Amino acid sequence: MNEFVLLYRGGQAGRSPEQAQQVMQKWMAWFKELADKGHVKDRGQPLERAGKLVNGKRKTVTDGPFAEAKDVVGGYTLIVAKDLNEAAELSKGCPILEFDGQVEVRPVMKLNM
Amino acid sequence: MELSEHLFRHEAGRMVATLTRIFGVHNLGLAEDVVQEAFCRALEIWKFRGVPDNPSAWLMTTAKNRALDVLRRERTARTFAPELTRQLESEWTLAPTVEEEFGPAAMKDDELRMMFSCCSPRLSEEAQVALILHILCGFSVDEIASAFVSSHAAVEKRLIRSKKVLAGSKKLFDISGAEDFARRLLAVQRALYLLFNEGYHGASPEKAVRVDLCQEAMRLASILSNNPFGATPSTYALAALMFFNAARLPARLDLSGNLTALANQDRSQFDQALAEEGLRLLERAATGPELTDYHVEAAIAWVHTSAQHTEDTDWATIISLYDKLMAIRPSRIVALNRAIAIAQREGPQRGVEEIHAIQDSERLANYPFYHAALGELEIGSGHLEDAREHFVVALKLARNPMERSFFEHRIGACK
Repeated sequence: MNEFVLLYRGGQAGRSPEQAQQVMQKWMAWFKELADKGHVKDRGQPLERAGKLVNGKRKTVTDGPFAEAKDVVGGYTLIVAKDLNEAAELSKGCPILEFDGQVEVRPVMKLNM
Repeated sequence: MELSEHLFRHEAGRMVATLTRIFGVHNLGLAEDVVQEAFCRALEIWKFRGVPDNPSAWLMTTAKNRALDVLRRERTARTFAPELTRQLESEWTLAPTVEEEFGPAAMKDDELRMMFSCCSPRLSEEAQVALILHILCGFSVDEIASAFVSSHAAVEKRLIRSKKVLAGSKKLFDISGAEDFARRLLAVQRALYLLFNEGYHGASPEKAVRVDLCQEAMRLASILSNNPFGATPSTYALAALMFFNAARLPARLDLSGNLTALANQDRSQFDQALAEEGLRLLERAATGPELTDYHVEAAIAWVHTSAQHTEDTDWATIISLYDKLMAIRPSRIVALNRAIAIAQREGPQRGVEEIHAIQDSERLANYPFYHAALGELEIGSGHLEDAREHFVVALKLARNPMERSFFEHRIGACK
């Protein structure tokens, strides 16, 4: 089995409370399904959208956010899957896709190749 | 941890009410923004860490902390609730004041205060109902539009205007039993009555939507009856009416949300627990000399609910209750229902006579159920061809898909 990081971007449209609750329930159901099949290694963390960017030799510090809302990484999850294709296939169930969001699937590099 | 149904919606209403109390009614929009932010945060964090053991408390704490930030940051730029100005100015009293306002007792009052504020005489009854649904029940523009079978644009326009009126009032309504409390209470009861009816008689073809509206009206009515000033006999009567009708709702709508004629309703589907609660409420309503239309309507609903079979219905009592209702709140619709009750007792032709005897009955000509009532009575007399014609007119006047399919069914029965 290989490890993959799922990076969630965008998908943060304004919603009514009822819709927000439905979205929440979809995420819970999706994570549960992944976990039940043994794919979740670390459910991960949400990330604040704002932050600071420290840049270059001169170590300039700029205040974020650094990208348009739809491109900001809002959180990550560490999963295990057979290969990259399976990891991408699993990501298709992510509710963020219903709200103009994206899931970026990145294999974790292995120490011994 | 599973989220209880409509948790977010109800918490949204509670939070907006409390934040508006703290920020002042002129900052209604700010309160809504803070609530929106709290939900976004909840969504982001709970996704990864799971729903906390007490989601309501989590949301409240988030909203409270955000409110403190806003109050500290904007203290000099904005004015907040005039009643709380002094407490919010000093860092010594700021946090304890906000803490107290987020306490359970204060929050219950906030919901009631908001309910009364939404029922301003400067707003039409329809606008009051929409505003209550939006602010206190957390319905979005689209959700209200779907419940009322109206367009997004129309509902949005009405809400923007109503919110402007609300935010333009000097302060939230004083619910400590001031002199105009009794008059405003009438408006609040009326709005809840209309909200319930929107669910019970309403236009939405979706059963779930309609049950929602009824449940929201019942929830708000219980907030009203749990307040010492709100708990009048008429409030109990209104609540009783809602419970009796809610008990009958499962039989009134079939699984696809279609209307079922009274005579064809499966009474085994009546919700007995709701009916019993209705009866308890009706007993509490029967204190004091006041007899309101809610009392009479609740009594009529009770007679219907308590009959084992349609033919067991005590029509004599229902007719005399309609006579009372005509005395308290006369209307052509009440007169029409009275005529239908008379037909049940004295035969369909008597019903037709009574309908024709209604004053200005021609003004009922645009009301589809006027023609439907005549149609039913003609079916009862065996005049299927006449009945059919009445239902065809009713169908032309139908205001929503629900009514349309109901009348189509009745036309089908005229064979």
